[in-house]
Amino acid sequence: MKIHEYQARDLFRKYGIPVPDGDVCHSVDEVKKKVTDDDKLRVVKAQVHVGGRGKAGGVKLARSKAEVIEHAEQILGMDIKGLTVEKVLIADAVDIEKEYYVGLINDRNTKSVTLMASAEGGVEIEEVAKVSPEKIIKMAIDPTMGLMDWQARKVALQLFTDPKQVRQTAAILVKLYELYVDTDSSLAEINPLVLTPDKKVLAIDGKMNFDDNALFRQKEILAMREVTEDEQKEIEATAKGLSYIKLDGNIGCMVNGAGLAMATMDMIKLYGGDPANFLDIGGSSNPEKVIEAMNILLSDKNVSAVMINIFGGITRCDDVARGLVDALEVIKTEIPIVIRLSGTNSKEGLEIIKSQGLPTVSTMSEAAKKAIELSKK
Amino acid sequence: MSILINKDTKLIVQGITGRDGAFHTSKMKDYGTNVVGGISPGKGGIEVEGVPVFNTVDEAVKATGANASVIFVPAPFAGDAILEASYAGVDLVICITEGVPVKDMIRVTPVLKQNGTKMIGANCPGLMTVDECLIGILPGNIFKKGNVGLISRSGTLTYEVVDMLTSSGLGQTTCVGIGGDSVSGLYFKDLLEMYENDPETEAVVLIGEIGGDAEEQAAQFIKDNMTKPVVAFIAGQSAPPGKRMGHAGAIISSGAGTAEEKIKAFAAAGVPVAKEPSEIPRLVKEKLGL
Repeated sequence: MKIHEYQARDLFRKYGIPVPDGDVCHSVDEVKKKVTDDDKLRVVKAQVHVGGRGKAGGVKLARSKAEVIEHAEQILGMDIKGLTVEKVLIADAVDIEKEYYVGLINDRNTKSVTLMASAEGGVEIEEVAKVSPEKIIKMAIDPTMGLMDWQARKVALQLFTDPKQVRQTAAILVKLYELYVDTDSSLAEINPLVLTPDKKVLAIDGKMNFDDNALFRQKEILAMREVTEDEQKEIEATAKGLSYIKLDGNIGCMVNGAGLAMATMDMIKLYGGDPANFLDIGGSSNPEKVIEAMNILLSDKNVSAVMINIFGGITRCDDVARGLVDALEVIKTEIPIVIRLSGTNSKEGLEIIKSQGLPTVSTMSEAAKKAIELSKK
Repeated sequence: MSILINKDTKLIVQGITGRDGAFHTSKMKDYGTNVVGGISPGKGGIEVEGVPVFNTVDEAVKATGANASVIFVPAPFAGDAILEASYAGVDLVICITEGVPVKDMIRVTPVLKQNGTKMIGANCPGLMTVDECLIGILPGNIFKKGNVGLISRSGTLTYEVVDMLTSSGLGQTTCVGIGGDSVSGLYFKDLLEMYENDPETEAVVLIGEIGGDAEEQAAQFIKDNMTKPVVAFIAGQSAPPGKRMGHAGAIISSGAGTAEEKIKAFAAAGVPVAKEPSEIPRLVKEKLGL
């Protein structure tokens, strides 16, 4: 799950990480009310869940209240990479002497949270990683100890030489780690972390993502969630124990297991078709779940054929078959469906399907070819 | 021979009183797995599927001499279940549970290391040594005794491939589903090493997917250390970037973890990559000169 920059700033502030003053506004009227009439230098920033806001014109500097309003009028409602800007952050602009990058991620290889830092701040860290990986400092964190002071200091010392700045930065790193762990974060970045001419270290921009698996115990974070229409469908699916991602094609897929679902999409592509979605009905599938899955699948108007690919392990094929029969009775669709069942209780499952006069095929490739053929009729 | 488990493995089931725990206990027993006990706190003393239930893993291990534990408890409690098994001295822990928070998996890692516990999963279908021992939710009927080892990040896709191997006459030694999460127990590399040292295994099938770089690391390991042939498949070649394709680990971000990169790494290590799962048996046969 992603949050906006202003929400990350709120979390930073709560944990004692210094950020410049600022406020979020949802409308131009709100901007007019909230911004004081002075000639303070401010920055107006679009709040959308996508990178490259600056390049898209979503970040602007303002020298007066009038300019803040002017920029806010422009930015609110603006489209950035397909997302409409509904909020702007208006923050005090700070003079910058130098920019740095610090971030925390879950590292698969060390199986730990890893602290990353670089003196090359303000740019995309992925670019730095590609072009000059030696400029990124990495420190794996022992989960039983947390980020130890000496570790934070060691990293800070590679960014700063002045003892005061080293202390400030080390403290920020320790706080960022606390925030990261407390909130089940999967990514926390301060980019840039800046040094001001009066030698203060500040977090200017922040980004935080959270582990979807841990949202059940992160009520405060969950309350910050904002979703697009497509994401809404995906979240509804998740709540029902399904994993759904909408794609642009016309062949609806319903598969048990993420790996098999991916392979099913790949196969449809391989044979010249185009999958309409990724849909994993998961384990312990019961009839209600299959009905939900069919409903979600068929709510996509692009779908002109459906391929159901079930290999039974924990999901019993007879459960799936009963679910399918029930679902089709309720939904009564004209869209052709190709069903393939194999594995645990597949014999019972296939009998149920056949007794209803529904078509079945025996292999995955056959099912894909048949679905593509039917989608063209 | 085989890897990790065999007919002498004594298994306990954590979460044996749940729907899935009970169902798969009976399936594992049917297959011939030596299930010696189950754990369900507060329900100690009863029997499930003819298996004695204990309150704690420690009690179960002391009473039965169990050396492996399979976990079916719900995600919020799975991390703790792994810790309990590790501290009770179980050698191998298999966590089937899906949706375990990454933080919990990170927290158990140093404990497993300290106690010398091996872990498979979480979010995995388990593993089996054919005709000897099945642990997890794999459908036993599709496997056949033979000389091919199989490692996979997927569940059902693994069954699909096993079914194809079996029906083309290629039996298996041990098959392991390592799970689809971003932080998990044993990885491809660890298992490839075990297969390389197992006299019975003649070839290995590796089923990877998008996200992370476990496949690239496996390719490097194969290049440097393996004498036995490996055949690979990568799921998710058509997946859009930035989206989590069901498995928490299957996210392509910022150009890393793509199928193309993985296929390239395997090609550089002399590992053929199947375009679709049904090609796998033919590629294995070619490599074995059959």
